[in-house]
Amino acid sequence: MRVALFATCITDTFFPETAKSVVRLLGRLGCAVDFPLAQTCCGQMHFNTGYAEHAAGLARRYGEVFGEFDAVIAPSGSCAAMVRDIYPKLTDDAPGGPKTYELSEFLVDVLRVTDVGAYFPHRVTYHPTCHSLRMLGVGDRPLSLLRAVRGLDLVELPQAETCCGFGGTFAIKNADTSTAMLGDKMRAVAQTKAEVLSAGDNSCLMHIGGGLSRLRSGIRPVHLAEILASTEEDPWTPSVIR
Amino acid sequence: MDAVRNPVTWLGTPPFPEAAREALADTQLRRNLAAATATIRAKRAGVVAEMPDWERLRLAGQAIKDEVLSNLDTYLVKLEEAVTARGGVVHWARDAAEANQIVLDIARAKETDEVVKVKSMATAEIGLNEALEAGGVHAIETDLAELIVQLGDDRPSHILVPAIHRNRAEIRDIFRRGMPDLPSDISDEPTELAGAARSYLRRKFLSAKVAVSGANFGVADTGSIVVVESEGNGRMCLTLPETLVTVMGIEKLVPTWRDLEVFLQLLPRSSTAERMNPYTSVWSGVTPGDGPQEFHLVLLDNGRTATLADQVGRQALRCIRCSACLNVCPVYERTGGQAYGSVYPGPIGAILTPQLANDPHDEQAASLPYASSLCGACYEVCPVRINIPEVLTHLRAEAVRHKGSSAESVGMAALAWVMRDQRRYELAMHAGQLARLLAKDGTISRLPWPGSKWTATRDVPAPPEESFRSWWRRTHD
Repeated sequence: MRVALFATCITDTFFPETAKSVVRLLGRLGCAVDFPLAQTCCGQMHFNTGYAEHAAGLARRYGEVFGEFDAVIAPSGSCAAMVRDIYPKLTDDAPGGPKTYELSEFLVDVLRVTDVGAYFPHRVTYHPTCHSLRMLGVGDRPLSLLRAVRGLDLVELPQAETCCGFGGTFAIKNADTSTAMLGDKMRAVAQTKAEVLSAGDNSCLMHIGGGLSRLRSGIRPVHLAEILASTEEDPWTPSVIR
Repeated sequence: MDAVRNPVTWLGTPPFPEAAREALADTQLRRNLAAATATIRAKRAGVVAEMPDWERLRLAGQAIKDEVLSNLDTYLVKLEEAVTARGGVVHWARDAAEANQIVLDIARAKETDEVVKVKSMATAEIGLNEALEAGGVHAIETDLAELIVQLGDDRPSHILVPAIHRNRAEIRDIFRRGMPDLPSDISDEPTELAGAARSYLRRKFLSAKVAVSGANFGVADTGSIVVVESEGNGRMCLTLPETLVTVMGIEKLVPTWRDLEVFLQLLPRSSTAERMNPYTSVWSGVTPGDGPQEFHLVLLDNGRTATLADQVGRQALRCIRCSACLNVCPVYERTGGQAYGSVYPGPIGAILTPQLANDPHDEQAASLPYASSLCGACYEVCPVRINIPEVLTHLRAEAVRHKGSSAESVGMAALAWVMRDQRRYELAMHAGQLARLLAKDGTISRLPWPGSKWTATRDVPAPPEESFRSWWRRTHD
C-alpha cells in the first residue's frame, strides 16, 4: 500500500513537529509514508468563506497530487472532512482517487491498532474537534488511542463537544462571539487541571492555544500525533522555536 | 420589482457582529441563556435517545417534506379544495402586506378592535400585530412567553420560548407594568406569575370575537389544520371566538393524515423535549354548532417561492420550527436571539431569514450566514435533516457573488493563486516566516489588520524557521 501524508498548510508552516510525528509514528508501526512536495492547501478556508470556485481549483489539484497513492493521511479532521465530504460536491470530475483518512481513523481502522506503544507521562485532556466529530464521525477512536498511552493521565473535558469558536474566518469576522466561545472552552480546559490539551486539529489547537498562551495559563496544546509518537526511548519534548 | 421591505428582518438592527458584541456584554442574558439551553439540550438528548428509530423518523420527515416541496403547487390546490369543501375560505397572500391586509379586513368586517392570538411564527414574520395596530385593531398574544414579550415591548429571542432571555424577576417587573389590575405585592414565584397571566387572559378569551393563529401543519387531502402547543391558551383561541383566521406559510403542508404521525413524534421531542405535546388541536373547515363558525386560511408566500427556486437553499423550507438547532448552537447560546435581528434566530434563522428577505442589499440579513463557526451541531439535531452548514456556505457564496470585488475577494483570489502552485506556495511560506520578526519568545501577540482581530484576544505561534517540507527535503530527498 502506497501511503501519502497530507500535512495541511497550517501544520506544514506552523507545526512541523506534528507532521514529523506522523512520519515517525507510522514508521514505527511499519508503514512508510511519502510526502509529495507538490501538495499545498485543501481550500477549506476558501470554501467556508464563500469562495467555492477557488476551492474547486484546489480540489482538482489535490486529486492530481495524490492520485497515485492508495491512501492519504491528514493530521486534521477538518481538512480530511473537506476532502471527503465537500470535494465530491465541488467538482463533477472528482477523482475516485485514494481515500483520505484522519490520523486516528487510519490507525484504528486500517492499521487496526489502538496501542501504538506510546509513552507520555503527563496529565492530558482531549478536545474532540467539530469536523472530526460531526463530519467524519471519528467517535472515540482518538480517546481509545490516548487511553492506551503509558504514563498518560487522561482527564475528561467538560462540555467537550462544544465548539471552541475557531471556525476559520469566523474567528476574524465574528471575533467577539468567537472569543466568548473560546473563553468558555478555556474555562472547561482549566477545570480539568490538565497540563496538556490535545486535539486532532492544529487549527483548533492554534485557537485554544492562542487564548491559553495569552492568559499564561500554563496549559500547552499538543497535537494527538505528537503524543502518540512519543516513546520512552524518544520522549516528547516541548518544541523549541529555532 | 417589489420595493416593499420584508418585515422578516427588524429595521434598525445592526449586522450580526455588531449586534452580537452588545449582547455578549449582557451578563444577565448570558446567564439566563446558558442555563435555559443547557437544560433543554439535556432533556432533548434524553427523549431522543429513547427512540430506537429516531434516525429513520428523521429520514421520513425529510422525505415527506421534500415530496411536498417538489409538488407544492399540486398540494396547495388540493388543500384549497379540501378547506373550501368543508366550509372554510382560502386567501392567497404574496407577501406580508397582502397577508396583513386580509387579516385586517376580516377583523374590520367583524367590527372588532381586538383579536386574540395563538403563538405563531408566520404572523410574527409578517409583523401582523403592528399592521393591525396601525389599522386600529389590537392583537393580544395569549402564549405566556409571547405575552411577556408583548407586554415588555420587547422582541422575541427564541422560536419556541420567545422570552428565554428573561428570568422570573424580570417577568414580574414586566407584568407589574403591563397588567394594571395586578396586586403590587406579587412575587416572582412561577405559579403566581402564571396565575396573573391566567386571569388577565381569561377575560380576553371570553370577550374576543376573532382569533388569529398560525399553523404547524396543513393536511392537503383533508384540509385539516394542526396547531400544537403546551398551555391550552391556543386551544381557547381556536375554539371560543366566532371567527378564526389562520396564517400559514405555504411550506407547512403534509400530503395525508398518515404523514402527521411522523411529525407528531419528531416535533415535541425536538422542541420541548416532551414525548407528546400537551395540546394538539386539529380542525377541518367549519363544524356547525361547534367552535368558530367562520374560518379563513391565509396561505402566505412572503419569499418562500423564491427560496424554493434555490436548489441548495430550499431545504430550509423543510423546517418545522422546533428550535432544536437554537438550543445546541454555541453562537446562539452566547448571543441570544435578538442579535439575529429577525423572528427567526439561531442557525435556522441564519439560513431562512436572508432567503425570505431576498434582498442582497440588506447588510444585516447578509451578515447572518457568517454567524456560525460551522461546527455542525445544528445539522446533527435537526429532525428534518436540514444540512444547515451546507446552506450557510452556499449563502456565503451568494453574498460574495453579490458583493463583487472587495479587499477580501482580492485577498482570497491571491491566496488561491498562491496555493495552486508549489513554488509560489513555498515562496509565500518563506515570506510568512518574516512574521518571526513580530515574535517574542516564539509568540506573536500583535498582528496588523485583519490579523489584529485575532490577536486582540489570542496569541499566534511564530512560524518556526524550518517548515515541515524543508525538514522532509533535508532528511528524505
